[in-house]
Amino acid sequence: MANAWTVATMVAVIAGVVGFFVVLRAAAFPAHAIPNGAFAGAAAANVLGLNPLAGLTACALLAAVGIGTLGRRGRHDVATALALVMMLAAGAVFLGLSQEYEPAIYSLLFGEVLGVSSNELLPVAGLALLCLGAVAALYRPLLLSSVADQLGEARGVQPYQLDVAFLVILALATAMTVPVVGALLIFSLMIGPPAAARAFTGRPPVAILLSVAIALVTVWSAIALSYLSNWPTGFFVGVTSAVSYATGRAWTRWSRPGARCSSMG
Amino acid sequence: MSASESAPILEVENLSVSLSGRRVLDQVSFSVGTGEFTGLIGTNGAGKTTLLRAVLGMQVHDSGVIHLLGRPRSKRNHLIGYVPQKINLDPDMPMRARDLVGLGLDGHRLGVPLRTRSRNAAVEASLAAVGAESFGDARVGQLSGGEQQRILIAHAIISRPRLLLLDEPLANLDLHSGQEIVGLLAAIATEQKVAVLLSAHEINPLLPVMDRVVYLANGRAASGTTEEVIKTEVLSALYGHHVDVISVHGRILVVAGHEGLDHLTMSHDEVPG
Repeated sequence: MANAWTVATMVAVIAGVVGFFVVLRAAAFPAHAIPNGAFAGAAAANVLGLNPLAGLTACALLAAVGIGTLGRRGRHDVATALALVMMLAAGAVFLGLSQEYEPAIYSLLFGEVLGVSSNELLPVAGLALLCLGAVAALYRPLLLSSVADQLGEARGVQPYQLDVAFLVILALATAMTVPVVGALLIFSLMIGPPAAARAFTGRPPVAILLSVAIALVTVWSAIALSYLSNWPTGFFVGVTSAVSYATGRAWTRWSRPGARCSSMG
Repeated sequence: MSASESAPILEVENLSVSLSGRRVLDQVSFSVGTGEFTGLIGTNGAGKTTLLRAVLGMQVHDSGVIHLLGRPRSKRNHLIGYVPQKINLDPDMPMRARDLVGLGLDGHRLGVPLRTRSRNAAVEASLAAVGAESFGDARVGQLSGGEQQRILIAHAIISRPRLLLLDEPLANLDLHSGQEIVGLLAAIATEQKVAVLLSAHEINPLLPVMDRVVYLANGRAASGTTEEVIKTEVLSALYGHHVDVISVHGRILVVAGHEGLDHLTMSHDEVPG
């Protein structure tokens, strides 16, 4: 149980921070496709008798570089869709070859946060630090190019390289979070809290902190509720995330009825 | 620095650029002097954006030379500030106008910005220079077009560039806001000794402040003072057709002399009074 809290906390911090840029850069589709597809890597590793986390990481990185390379000028919806389909197809094959079909696919898709063991903590912590370091390093170029690629480009920030770098960060975040909350649900943790946070503040650093806070409340309450009710953790993660987003929208409507108000900070 | 004092801030010589095999700019030459206000005039598709992108180093060129302060342009340039063509900003984006202005100072740097006193002072000064103090705390995506234009200008000048490039800053503004932006840019050019190169498809709003004009048509350019360039002979040669330049109440109309070129009419009855 202590492991579950520790790992869920790390996942929430990473999802909150990386998710802020996912929402800012309108990269929700890659954020959906990379975790969904990356489970193919874990399935393959399972069949081959390798470490599933390693397989998942490799597959997520491959997808990120593929999407970034094939997508042109920030438009990577087609490349993302193709990468998603290819990886799902490969995942179907590896799951078909695997002996332990149902439990394996279930934990990969929906997570197994209550079953996290101590020796899984270290790799997750390592990936979390790597992610945070990379986001901190690229913080300003990511912010600037999220406003407009041309603004970054005029200051010597190569939009294409930055985009690939961001997708790699997304892949690393995926790799550490999928085994914990599952491929289907990490998406809700990366979109709901940051999308809710931006309703409450116009300051980027505050929005990031708020996004992390909402993600933390989401996973902590999900674990507690799951423990009490015996329902899947993922259910509560998804629902809490959606509720926090709805609350943010309601706040926006209530505090800014005219949609635009200059004094709103 | 001694050599750079006398050199023009920007020198473009015989610049040719092709996009997808089509020659967009053909042997374009002009120069911009320190603190000068230059209008880059041409119809849609004349190559204005391509020319600005080439000066910025965002567009490779086939041939020709671009010199800044007498030296070949380096890859990344703090000498140039840039205001791109209308960008669509998400109104929900969690970024205040002042955050975007601050990124003009260090948005290309790695790491997290430190809130130093000098950084804050630079942001305040830049907001004041464009008259944006009152909406510095508003979300940049929720500002009006004219207000966003001011913030983008503040973003571009905060790093104290010597040359400010603006791509169609008046295109999406009503006449009054457009005049305000032009007046503001003229004041900034004088006060901060920054040369302004501004593209527009309409010459009249710029007439009161423009020192020089670069007129683009058919991929070629004519440059000089307004009197030197906006003449029937010069523009007819540039277009390859006869055009008439008519001056009415201090406004200039460029009228195609042949049928099929009616869209080149450059002015309408927009100016009140």
